[in-house]
Amino acid sequence: MSVEIYQHSFANGLTLLVEQMPHVRSAAFNFLIPAGCVHDPPEQLGLANLLSDLITRGAGKRSSKELTLALDELGLDRDESSGTLHLRIWGSTLAKNLVPALGLYADIVRRPLLPEEELPPVQDLALLELEGLEDEPRQKVMVEVKKRYFPPPLGRDRRGTPEGIQRTTIEAIRQFHQRMVQPRQSILSIAGNVEWKQILDAVEQLYGDWQPQPPVTYTLEAPLPSRDHLTKETKQTQIGIAYDSVPITHPDYYAAIAAVNVLSGGMSSRLFTEVREKRGLCYAVWASYQTMKDRACVIGYAGTTNERAQETLDVLLSVIDQLKEGVTEDEVQRMKAGLKSSLIMQEESTSARAGSMASDWYFLGRIRSFDEIQAAIDGLTADRIVEHVRAFPPRSLTLVTLGPKPLTLDA
Amino acid sequence: MPFHHTVLPNGLTLIGESNPQARSVALGFFVKTGARDETPEVSGVTHFLEHMIFKGTPRRTALQVNEDFDRIGANYNAYTSEENTVFHASILPEYLPQAVDILADILRPSLREEDFDMEKKVIIEEIGMYDDQPMWATYDVAKQTFFGDHPLGKSVLGTKESIGQLQCAQMRDYFQRRYVSSNIVVVATGRIEWPDLVRMIETHCAPWPDQPTQRALPPGPKTRAFKLIQKPTVHQEHCFLLSQGPDAKSPLRYAAEILATAIGDDTGSRIYWALIDPGLVEAADFSVHEYAGTGAYYGYFCGEPDSTTPCLDIYLNLLREVQKDGLTEAEIRTTKSKLASRIVRGNERPMGRMQALGFQWTYLGQYRTVDDDLASIDSVTSDHIRELLDVHPIDEPTIVALGPLEKMTAPYNES
Repeated sequence: MSVEIYQHSFANGLTLLVEQMPHVRSAAFNFLIPAGCVHDPPEQLGLANLLSDLITRGAGKRSSKELTLALDELGLDRDESSGTLHLRIWGSTLAKNLVPALGLYADIVRRPLLPEEELPPVQDLALLELEGLEDEPRQKVMVEVKKRYFPPPLGRDRRGTPEGIQRTTIEAIRQFHQRMVQPRQSILSIAGNVEWKQILDAVEQLYGDWQPQPPVTYTLEAPLPSRDHLTKETKQTQIGIAYDSVPITHPDYYAAIAAVNVLSGGMSSRLFTEVREKRGLCYAVWASYQTMKDRACVIGYAGTTNERAQETLDVLLSVIDQLKEGVTEDEVQRMKAGLKSSLIMQEESTSARAGSMASDWYFLGRIRSFDEIQAAIDGLTADRIVEHVRAFPPRSLTLVTLGPKPLTLDA
Repeated sequence: MPFHHTVLPNGLTLIGESNPQARSVALGFFVKTGARDETPEVSGVTHFLEHMIFKGTPRRTALQVNEDFDRIGANYNAYTSEENTVFHASILPEYLPQAVDILADILRPSLREEDFDMEKKVIIEEIGMYDDQPMWATYDVAKQTFFGDHPLGKSVLGTKESIGQLQCAQMRDYFQRRYVSSNIVVVATGRIEWPDLVRMIETHCAPWPDQPTQRALPPGPKTRAFKLIQKPTVHQEHCFLLSQGPDAKSPLRYAAEILATAIGDDTGSRIYWALIDPGLVEAADFSVHEYAGTGAYYGYFCGEPDSTTPCLDIYLNLLREVQKDGLTEAEIRTTKSKLASRIVRGNERPMGRMQALGFQWTYLGQYRTVDDDLASIDSVTSDHIRELLDVHPIDEPTIVALGPLEKMTAPYNES
């Protein structure tokens, strides 16, 4: 399958990636800027998240209202959010509106007004969001698992803490923006019915003179205890686990995602079959692979009635443990069919392509071709997957439960 | 993109739109049955049956159904609403024969007793999961309070009790009455060859039985109500505001989309500026849902329990203002751009297009191109908005709040 992908790195460190998709009418862009919550000052946890809200409240010559109106008139669906490592700005609209949108985003990214009077409402919203997490037990347990699996500050939740949100000042946010929101290591990816030359010219004009700042690092701290229970009077107990895997840069990467796919790919995968279909223990159960540049993990989840929570945890862990005993040829075929389908269907989605290009560039410094990924998937065998699982067993398990009573782990 | 339409002798309707540029095919079976078609004794049976459809046939066990779907890398699922049960799959074009074979087979399920008992546990887990999410719990109560005895007031999931007492024989009876060929529409989009698809569907579905089905379409509720439900374990107060809107066939439905988006979209709407921008609530929106025979506007917000009353006042004042003055020309123009972009993007991939086609056919019995929809949105004027507001006022909603609040005064004299 031939796709037209273009790449250009500007002198200031910004990388532009474009995939031309002439058969669609839309276009999507994805901006990754290395200004995630990992850089929040310890006294102001939640700062990057506040910035992601404040950044669209006026920019360039436009007030907050004028800017929102201009974005709406372009028919943009959009989101600005703070991740662990990146500030992510995403938008999707009709292809003909993409270049004007990039113009508005140049103001948002480079020249936000960050008005002082807008900080209190943004803080109120952030506090409400933190409070709202208490009414979302499924999300809450995942936030807590990541906090305990990844060493601080990598496990940080973007929402921060009530104290951190309240202690953040407009000066701190402006400084953070000045220092962190910069072209060095930033990636702008665009996919849709666009023309490379036109985009390149527009981006050069809008972002070419953006001044880089020195790179910023962070230091890892000692991890938190890996087991915890949060007591709450709920009807269901939420179970979240995490264990080590290999990152995308590792030679075992495809075997690792294949192993997770055997556990939790389609509905015939092991977790769904053993936990839900055969035992009726829960409605939702899954495992997923998460990677950073230098580390990766498998995250697992199940939510179940309190009385059957211990059984659910026991079955969940034993299914994962049994992977090392072998994988059938049929499972390998199903895993391959599933991965191939998603790979091809991704080609129909402008936002999926924009996201995927940015992520490849960030992790690998290049964009994997369709054929490369396809060949790697085709090359997987049952033996190869089992070999990987044995070499990287689910050790050092992180376990967080949320519900009326804690659960126990077999030694 | 060419449209296709074929009706089999047993009444099964097939529609499709082919797109040779697509890389995938989306296939859906739209069964016109939902919670509104249930009697109170079998509350939740439609949704439970949707789960049971995946539990196997004389040719396949439950595990084989899932394995066969996964073997062709299908992205498949199903959902149940008040009015429809939809089974759908995205596949690569070369796997269409297998996808038809599986979907058509599972729609004639065995409904085995032992599978029924096992799946009952999963359904009860699903009810528990939604119970722990106050927004959904509030939504269900709000819908029941607003619709009252109207069939649309029924819960899609049912209750722990109704599901607990349900018998497999009752489900079989419901299946036989509702999953008949003239009550089902097969929809396909993407890279399809129509004659091939018709042949495949014929091979599998020609023997499906048919019989007439009925659905009562009473008018929507006319009275309003106020209800506060105290739940001390919940952190925030969740509040819904419901009023009657146009039905799915109403010529005013495009005006209603514009009205609802201008009032309650997640960016740049009236609600956004009044409640979210100043940081008064965590979330707030306003949307319209067109059903068969009636429709409803759903307003929602959640936030600090103590600020519920002032926020509700702001929300209601805003609705009164729109009711009195309508929308501005500028608001109508901006909202049209938003909706045009959403329509194009929502219909770009075969799965989105398949869903749109299925709903058009189910509710209107009509095929509309993307450009037809764009033209309809574009033709809405402020006069249409005025007419819509006069027919379906939005300023006297039914209000339901759920959360830690012990007391709250109704913002109007209850009728």
